Amino acid sequence: MKIKSQRDFWSGLMFLAIGVGFAVGAGNYSLGNSARPGPGYFPLMLSVIMAILGAIVLFKSLTIETEGGDPVGHIAWKPLLIIMGAITAFAILITKLGMIITVPAVILIASFAGDEFHWKDVVVNAVVLTLGCWLIFIKGLKLTIPMWPAFMGAAG
Amino acid sequence: MDLLQNLALGFGVAFTLTNLLYALAGCVLGTLIGVLPGLGPVATIAMLLPSIYALDATPALIMLAGIYYGAQYGGSTTAILINVPGESSSVVTAIDGYQMARQGRAGAALAAAGLGSFFAGCVGTIIIAAFAPPLTELAFKFGPAEYFSLMVLGLIGAVVLASGSLIKAIAMIILGLLLAQINTDVISGTARYSFDIPELTDGIGFVVIAMGIFGFGEIIANLGMPAEHREVFTKEVHNLWPTKQDFRMAFPSVLRGTALGSALGVLPGGGALLSAFAAYTMEKKLAGATGRFGKGDIRGVAGPESANNAGAQTSFIPMLTLGIPPNAVMALMVGAMTIKGIQPGPQVMTSNPQLFWGLIASMWVGNLMLVILNLPLIGIWIKLLTVPYRFLFPAITIFCCIGTYTLNNNTWDVYLTAVFAVVGYVFYKLSCEGAPLLLGFILGPMMEENLRRALLLSRGDWSTFLTRPLSAGLLVAAALMVVIVMLPSIKSKREVAFAEAD
Repeated sequence: MKIKSQRDFWSGLMFLAIGVGFAVGAGNYSLGNSARPGPGYFPLMLSVIMAILGAIVLFKSLTIETEGGDPVGHIAWKPLLIIMGAITAFAILITKLGMIITVPAVILIASFAGDEFHWKDVVVNAVVLTLGCWLIFIKGLKLTIPMWPAFMGAAG
Repeated sequence: MDLLQNLALGFGVAFTLTNLLYALAGCVLGTLIGVLPGLGPVATIAMLLPSIYALDATPALIMLAGIYYGAQYGGSTTAILINVPGESSSVVTAIDGYQMARQGRAGAALAAAGLGSFFAGCVGTIIIAAFAPPLTELAFKFGPAEYFSLMVLGLIGAVVLASGSLIKAIAMIILGLLLAQINTDVISGTARYSFDIPELTDGIGFVVIAMGIFGFGEIIANLGMPAEHREVFTKEVHNLWPTKQDFRMAFPSVLRGTALGSALGVLPGGGALLSAFAAYTMEKKLAGATGRFGKGDIRGVAGPESANNAGAQTSFIPMLTLGIPPNAVMALMVGAMTIKGIQPGPQVMTSNPQLFWGLIASMWVGNLMLVILNLPLIGIWIKLLTVPYRFLFPAITIFCCIGTYTLNNNTWDVYLTAVFAVVGYVFYKLSCEGAPLLLGFILGPMMEENLRRALLLSRGDWSTFLTRPLSAGLLVAAALMVVIVMLPSIKSKREVAFAEAD
């Protein structure tokens, strides 16, 4: 058995697995009957359809020729991990250190994800964006988001 | 004349200072993101949703709508000047628009796109105003069974007309519907798929999903691609006014594009993208041997640009009258209404006439602003084209983070967004489209509720969906759509149509 479309093979597998997963989960909730559908009724219905569609996609990926095998291509690990890191850093820092430290930190981390990295650009970007975020989100939209670190006591 | 009275009410609302300012803000933002590649209206609107807590419903929706149709204008600018469509709906504009720019006629192309869009926008506004009330009346006749069938039709329609694999797109809808099942069941109070995580019992916020998949997922995908070197035709943009000959050629295309776009926009799944593709194909067919398509024919710019703007406008109709979003942007608009405590649906027109007619009138005002923003002020946007992506993506990252955090002021949503960023990248790698998932996710709870109510009413008899004529008609229409698209002859044409766009 040869995989004829890599992308479809993996998506089919993904859909199938999700369908089966949700179907198993639906078993924990009362199904009811069609006259009185319970909380598990609609999810089970959906997950069965999902699994069937997944199986069809999977089957097609093994039988129908595609040009060049439709490869998934290389995975951009560097931007993937760095952007994830930047988001996580934001979540960890924002409540403790406020925007004044979090924004430049996130900009710095995120900037490593690009092909080019210039310290000067990053510093300019961080300063402009920190100021911009303060103006837009705190002054303009009046959102409740800490500006200063929690230990400094002053809000916004 | 109800129509005139309603429009008068609408313009009264739209011309207040606050609403004018928010319409302008929306249009500027829309043009901006239209010009900047790598940031679309879906991510932008998702990013701005938390900020509308502070606003009234009317200015908030006026602004969000402005972003959507503003992006259509901005997208054509980049398509013409650098052959990079800022928005997917400008893909076909790039074909002839860029060729015109290379021949030193960028001004004429921009003018044709701008004026054509404005004309289409005016017509689109009138069509919404004329067709919304009768459709609303029809919607009041709908019971739960009809609503369920209508949603099936809407969801199917949203994917048959989109590009890519049909089965995968339907699977993405189902996945969206399933993700929406992670919540507390309204009827029995059972927490579903929560894995004892308290945050999950409230469900996943749709902003989290939209931001993860459309915001971060796209950043990662863009960064994964090799940097491209662009040729920007900035100096050639003088002499904006098209020649008489241009006018004569472009005007019929504008009319045809507007008509086609208005019709296709109303269809579930229609909107800007499909309208532009269809208009380009039509212009090419009609021109026949006289056309210089692909080599800088002004009709290839005027037609699709009018069509995409008309389609963007009329796609508001199903959202405003039925509460059913035909595309991902409208899905976010439904979300925005819900945030402001307005239940989208046919009752909006009677319960919030100010909002309803104000929004429609603001679209005309917005289109006028956009012509001014995009033609005389084109120079400003051209400068923006030269901003390198390495400045943009950290900015998008931080805005998305702040947007998600301020949604509920908790970091849980931010962590969850990171997860969906990975999910979005996986989808991108497997060529699974994110938009159907978002539509399914928004409609999930409504669909389940209506299904269960319909079954309760019919005492468990599934045939209720087929014995009620309206419901049956809607389901048959949905089935027909799938069958037609599956037909071998249409299938190959559909593939050709989308292949041409690449």
